[in-house]
Formats: sequence, structure tokens, C-alpha cells
Amino acid sequence: MSFVPGQPVTAVVQRIEIQKLRQGENLILGFSIGGGIDQDPGQNPFSEDKTDKGIYVTRITPGGPAEVADLRIGDKIMQVNGWDMTMVTHDQARKKLTKKKEDVVRLLITRKSLEQAVNQSKGKYPRP
Amino acid sequence: MDTESNYSGYSHYSGRSRGSHRHGDRSRDRHKSRSKDSRSEKSVTINTPPAEPLLGDSSVRGEQTQDDNWGETTTAVTGTSEHSLSQEDIVRITKDLEDSVGLNCRLYLTRTIAVILGLLVFLTPLAFLVLPHILWPEKLQSCGTACEGLYISVAFKLLILLLAVWALFFRPARAGLPRVFVFRVLLAVLVLLFVVSYWLFYSVRILDAKDENYQGIVQYAVSLVDALLFIHYLAVVLLELRQLQPCFSVCVTRSTDGTTRHYNLGQLSIQRAALAIIENYYSDFPIHNPALLSASKSRAAKHLAGLKVYNVDDILRDKLKSYLLDSPGNNAAASAGLAQSQSRAMIAAAARRRDTSHNELYYEEVEHEKRVRKRKARLVVAVEEAFTHIKRMQDDEQKKAPGDVMDPREAAQAIFPSMARALQKYLRTTKQQHCHSMESIQQHLAFCITNNMTPKAFLESYLTPGPTLQYNQNHWMARRWTLISEASVTSGLKDGTIFLLKCVDFSLVVRSKKIPYIQMSEEYIDPKSHKFVLRLQSETSV
Repeated sequence: MSFVPGQPVTAVVQRIEIQKLRQGENLILGFSIGGGIDQDPGQNPFSEDKTDKGIYVTRITPGGPAEVADLRIGDKIMQVNGWDMTMVTHDQARKKLTKKKEDVVRLLITRKSLEQAVNQSKGKYPRP
Repeated sequence: MDTESNYSGYSHYSGRSRGSHRHGDRSRDRHKSRSKDSRSEKSVTINTPPAEPLLGDSSVRGEQTQDDNWGETTTAVTGTSEHSLSQEDIVRITKDLEDSVGLNCRLYLTRTIAVILGLLVFLTPLAFLVLPHILWPEKLQSCGTACEGLYISVAFKLLILLLAVWALFFRPARAGLPRVFVFRVLLAVLVLLFVVSYWLFYSVRILDAKDENYQGIVQYAVSLVDALLFIHYLAVVLLELRQLQPCFSVCVTRSTDGTTRHYNLGQLSIQRAALAIIENYYSDFPIHNPALLSASKSRAAKHLAGLKVYNVDDILRDKLKSYLLDSPGNNAAASAGLAQSQSRAMIAAAARRRDTSHNELYYEEVEHEKRVRKRKARLVVAVEEAFTHIKRMQDDEQKKAPGDVMDPREAAQAIFPSMARALQKYLRTTKQQHCHSMESIQQHLAFCITNNMTPKAFLESYLTPGPTLQYNQNHWMARRWTLISEASVTSGLKDGTIFLLKCVDFSLVVRSKKIPYIQMSEEYIDPKSHKFVLRLQSETSV
């Protein structure tokens, strides 16, 4: 998941759709995020590249909508409902996720195991 | 000095002929026992037959052939008897006698030259001023006001020159160096040339021509004194100031126990650097205690004793070689091979034997440490208790009977017996008992009592071995040092100079290293540039 500045970022992503849960007045998703371009990337325990300032999932409440939708801890969120999450501040990311008018968020997330799975599958079947 | 020749002689001929090892061992032990005892007890009665010389050099060389009557020339060691001389004393006396004549000659020569030069320098301006009055008084112009002002200037400058020369040159000589001091010789030659040239000019242009311009003559004398003052300034710079800036870092190691110190020296000649190092040695290095080295020597002796290698002497070995190797062409290679296989066998045997000796060393050291600590604890308690028996008398207590009042020496003698035993035991355990005599301990005790020192301050000089200056100077300070150097001793110190300073018991190995050229650059920090940001890592739940 490292990137070269100025070059487009490529990653293997997975689509996850989370239905927001109504709890009293709030709509919650059931996870916590960390990271952002205004944060210190060196303290992120989930990133491979310690200069990566992307948004990461740091906690998942058990039984919440995120867990149901198969979001895992350590996932990096690349897009939320089409909005880019790789170069946003922490607060901007929070806002995009907690829009009151939206019931559903569609995330594009990437994790290390996805890339490994793709590489493995490439290796198993020899090209014709 | 003869012990040095002993050891060097042994190593010298042991490398050459392995055959005479057996006899070599015995002679070495004999010499070693003689010298070791002379060191620890300082008086050994020598019962040698009159044919054997005192210095023992020829006896070392004489061991090449088989010495059949070695058993009859053993040394009998008696206890401490006051009327015997130790071997070292004899060596010292003979060396002193033969060198004192040469040394005194040199000292007197330098002194006379210095006095002659000084008289020449001081009397020359006066002579310049006085001679016209004597030789042609009638033709001379009288001295006006300006001229008389110059008289005052000459007088005071001569006085200043006198004081300056006294301050710089008339100091007690602190050492006798092997070669002459190059800068002093240069300066003396310069002064001599200078004064001679002035005299030459004076005699040709003034005396012969009988010049009447007296003011000119006085000015000439003043210029001479000025130039002499400048030469004195040159002397100060060359002799005193030039070596102050540190240029070399020298590392001084004592050969017997490896104590190392580092000093910074300026640009000096090797002999002056050696002098500076010796003066620092006396105040920085802990005293050389040969009793502490006996442990490693006994271990080394045990290593050698444990090897079961048979050493054949020359004749048998040659016979063996010629028996084993009949063909003449094989001899050279085979002899080398024989020596190699012998040495390999010795080293292999030694390697196998070394497996357990480290254990013994470790436990021995632990035991020794415990013993020393116990004795130290007993000593500290005894001394503290002894010190409580003494109290300084206050002025208002004059009413005590005069019989109870003691001066420091008596007070020391009164409390000494209670701590004497503990102190003696401690000194024996740490092998320092020959460094301190009863008299010196009592003197030190009286000194501590007089100056209101605590028991801990009194004990400090016995708990840690101090520098050589602390002990009885006549006993411990060697007055004769030998400078051993490959480069000439008047050449300057350079990077990588190595020389040795040898005295009777040990030698100091000195290595010099140049202090590198330091390139320093500056970096300016604006005081307003000290700014900080918070490192955030917040987590928000959505």
C-alpha cells in the first residue's frame, strides 16, 4: 500500500456496504477511524508504510453494522460513497461517514490479505 | 640494573639454544630468588665465592657451558640484619660513583659559561660608556641634558635586564638531561655573536677613531641594551611559551602492571617531554608495588611447570638429529621441523592444561576480596573507636592537670596501640606492609590529629595506594632514569614517537599522538525558530 508521490495509487479493493443503525437520534456505523493528513502517521499501528496518512479502521464494535458487513480492523478506507479518503483530514473523513441524510455507506477498502489472495490466485493458474 | 640484564639475558639465550634450559632454569631461579628477596626484605647477605663478580653479568654469559658447581654457589638468605647491603644498593653506589664525576664536570662547565656570558653582557654597556672617559677625556664633548637622560634609561634598562635574566635563568636545575638543551645553546651563541659584533664595531669605529661625540656613544650603548632586552624576549618565547600550547597527546604505560595515563604536551624535544612525563608520573601514578605482581608470576610459573615436555640439551639433540636423519640434505628442513613440532607439542599441552586454571583464579580472587573486606571493616571500626579517645582541649579547660595534657605526637602514640593490630593485618592482606613503617604511620596519625581530620581521612592513605610522592621519598623515588629512544633525544616529538623511560624496577612506555587539526564551524539559531506542533492521533467512532 505504499505510494509514489505524483503517481496514481493502485490497490486491490473490496466493496463493503454498511447499513446505518439508528440509535436514538444518531445513526451509527459501529467502527472507529484513525488517520488523516493532519495526523501523525508514525503512530498508526495498522499501516505498512509509516508515512501513509490514509484513513484506517481502528476499532469495530462487536455486533455492530460494520462487523455484520465484514469490515475488519486495520482496513484502509479508500472511498466513501464515491468520495476519496486517501487525502483527507480526519475531520473531513468523519463528516463524509456521518451524513445524516444517508442511510447506507458504500466503502471501498483495501487490506494486505486481499493483495496476497490475488497474487496467490494468479500464481495457481498458469496463463495459457 | 643487573636484574634487567638478567631477564634480557635469559630471553636472549633461551631463543638461541633450547638445550641449556635445565641449567638455565636453575640459574634463573637462583637469580630470581636473590633479587626477589632483596626487593621484599631489602637486605640479603650474599655468600658467594669471591670469584663471582657482584654485577652478575658474566655469570649469565657463563651459563652457556655446563656449570657443574652451581650447587656450591647458592645464596643464603638471612633475616633482616642491619649491616648488610642489598644487591641493588651496591649497583646504585657503583653507578653513582662512576657517573658523578662526569655529571659534576658538565654542571660546572655550564655554570662557568653562563657566568662568563652574564658578566660579558652586563659589563659591556658600562664599558662602552666608561672607556671614552678613561682613554681620551680631554677630546670628549661634555654630556648634555639629553645625554644624561640616556644615562637614566641605560641604568633602568640594565636593572630590568638583570631582574629578567635572574627570573628566567637563575632557577635551580630540576634535572640533568642526557643531551644539551638546544635552544639554550642557540641563545648563548646568539648573544655571544651579538656582543662580539658590537665590540668589533665599537673598537674599530670608536676606539680607534677616538670619536668625540659622546652622545652618539651613549646612544650606541642604549641600543645595545635594547637589543639585549629583545633577545631576552626571544628567550622567553623559545624556552617558555612555545611548549605551552598542547600539540601532542602522550599515552604513558607502566610496563609491570599496565597503569596508563594520558597527558597533553606541546612541542618539546624528546628529553624535555620525558622530563615532564617523569614529573607527572610521581604525582599521578599509584605507587609501584612489586608484591602485587607475584600472583601473576606464580601463575606463569605454574603454566610452565605443568608442561611435560622433555627438553634435551644441545649435545644430545645433535646426536638425536644425526641419528634420525642420516642424509645430509635433510638436516636443515628437519631441524626446523623438529623445532616446530616441539613448539607445537608445548602449545598443545599448554592449551589442554589451561582448562582449570581460570577456575582457580576466579575463586582465589573471590576469597581474597572477602578477606580484604572483612579486614577493612575491622580496621575502620578500630580506628573510629581509637579516635573517640582523643579530644582537642578547649582554652577554658586549662584547669586540667598538666600531666593529662599531651602534644600531638604523644596523643598519637597513646591511641596507636589500639588500632595497630588491625592496621597491620589489613596492610598484610593488601600487600602494602612494606610501604608503611611504624614511624610513618605514627607521624601521619599525629598530623591528622593536629589538623582535626576524621578517622576516614586518616585511613584514606592506607586504603588506596597513593601516588609515589606520598611515600617516603628517599625510599621510593628513583633518582636515576634512562631514556631509551630510537630517534635522537634532542629531536622534537612527532606523531607516533615511541620511547622508554627505564628505572631500576620497571619501565614506562610512552607513545605520542598528534592532536588533530580541529575545524570548527558555526551555526546560528534564531531564538524565534523554536516552534513546536502537536502530534495527533485521534480516533473517532462513527
